[in-house]
Amino acid sequence: MIEVIAPGPYATVQDLGRPGFAHLGVPGSGAADAASLKLANRLVGNPEGLAGIELTFGSARLRFLTGAWAALAGAPLPAGPVRGAAMGAPFWVPAGAELRLGAPWRGLRTYLAVRGGIAVPPVLGSRSTDSLSGLGPEPLRAGTLLPVGAAGGGLVADFAPLPELGPAVLRVLPGPRDDWFVPEALEELCAAPYVVSQDSNRIGVRLRGPELVRAKDGELPSEGMVTGAVQVPPSGQPIVFLADHPPTGGYPVIAVLRAADLAVAAQLRPGDEVRFTIRRGR
Amino acid sequence: MIRLAGEHGLLVETGSLELSHRLDAALRRERPDRVVEIVPGPGTVLVVAPGGDRERLRERLADVLARERATTLAAGPAAAAPVVTVPVVYDGADLEPVAELAGVGVDEVIARHAGRELVVGWLGFAPGFAYLTGLDPVLHVPRLGTPRTSVPAGSVAVAGPYSAVYPSASPGGWRLLGHTTLRVWDVAADPPSPFRPGTRVRFEPA
Repeated sequence: MIEVIAPGPYATVQDLGRPGFAHLGVPGSGAADAASLKLANRLVGNPEGLAGIELTFGSARLRFLTGAWAALAGAPLPAGPVRGAAMGAPFWVPAGAELRLGAPWRGLRTYLAVRGGIAVPPVLGSRSTDSLSGLGPEPLRAGTLLPVGAAGGGLVADFAPLPELGPAVLRVLPGPRDDWFVPEALEELCAAPYVVSQDSNRIGVRLRGPELVRAKDGELPSEGMVTGAVQVPPSGQPIVFLADHPPTGGYPVIAVLRAADLAVAAQLRPGDEVRFTIRRGR
Repeated sequence: MIRLAGEHGLLVETGSLELSHRLDAALRRERPDRVVEIVPGPGTVLVVAPGGDRERLRERLADVLARERATTLAAGPAAAAPVVTVPVVYDGADLEPVAELAGVGVDEVIARHAGRELVVGWLGFAPGFAYLTGLDPVLHVPRLGTPRTSVPAGSVAVAGPYSAVYPSASPGGWRLLGHTTLRVWDVAADPPSPFRPGTRVRFEPA
């Protein structure tokens, strides 16, 4: 069992979400940076899809009421005073110890996996908090008690070096509704950097920058939306859909992120600059 | 036309809700390899298949679409979809304003709302929130100027050409005609909603 002493600005339990219910109006949800949750799980010998804790801008304090192996991945932050606590490698948290996590020095979302996984009751097959629909467990608050599941199999020693910090670039494929925009709009999207707005959350990354001009007026009938869709409301300012995006929407999607770059989008902070680049074809 | 929606998604343009429902039903029956989401909309069906062979899937979707389109032309309306009866207590806060906007009496609003079969077009806005199509045109009224901050679960409402049952308490700008005790969203049930695209719905005064 883990007791939340302080959750930081926003922390939730996340696994890989609840796919398969979009036609009933249920968002996919799950870790915004799924690649980092999977890595943290691998580091403690878990199957990649077990639930962990997704911290937004770190700054959390957790008391382990029972001892457990733990690992951190995603936005790198200082961890202590537990011996060996650091990013990218498993460490043992003794029973009764408090794990203190600081603010990340880059990126936004940090994932804490514990061996056995966070074992809150699943809803529609997932333990994820869906910030749009409210499905799944409540966001963490001081006093929240999180059960830890039973560990299975042997611990596989692993170490994951932190990725190099490069400029934030999102590779996109055009469409499905790029024809709703003037022909230059895709070039415009990729011409100058956009700035991440304060209003960003698990639903989407809202951006400010060059305005994308529509060629067609009127309303697009509501249609299914994929994670990573770059949706453009009438303001002309794009929104990149993350895990908790609505399953359908009525604003045209000019482009969609390459799947591998969802993790990049999920780590953008308000105020960050980000560039788009087009890769046509596969 | 089948449009690319990222590396793992294809957006099939059906051009009609009817064909969206047929394609949705066919793809659920014959689920192609690796397909995890099938999301029908009024003129499209989104198909998401992570890690699949996109070109093969595209060919398969084109085949199924052509077949379903031909069937629609040959056979007319789709075979009997399930019918859900929703008992309604017509006591909504907006019943009289809707009657005024429609230019009819309250009794007639009820008779027209309960008097015909609607069809679930698609779901969205919230889990289990079904856009019911086929509403009597007399009842097509605009949304409230200012949405309510909280609409109770089970509220039966209309807005524009649609009717709906609020699956859970939420803010909302639709006009409330009444309420039902039928649960239209239950995460413990399988399926969690009695509605899915294509389901026929009949309201009945309780």
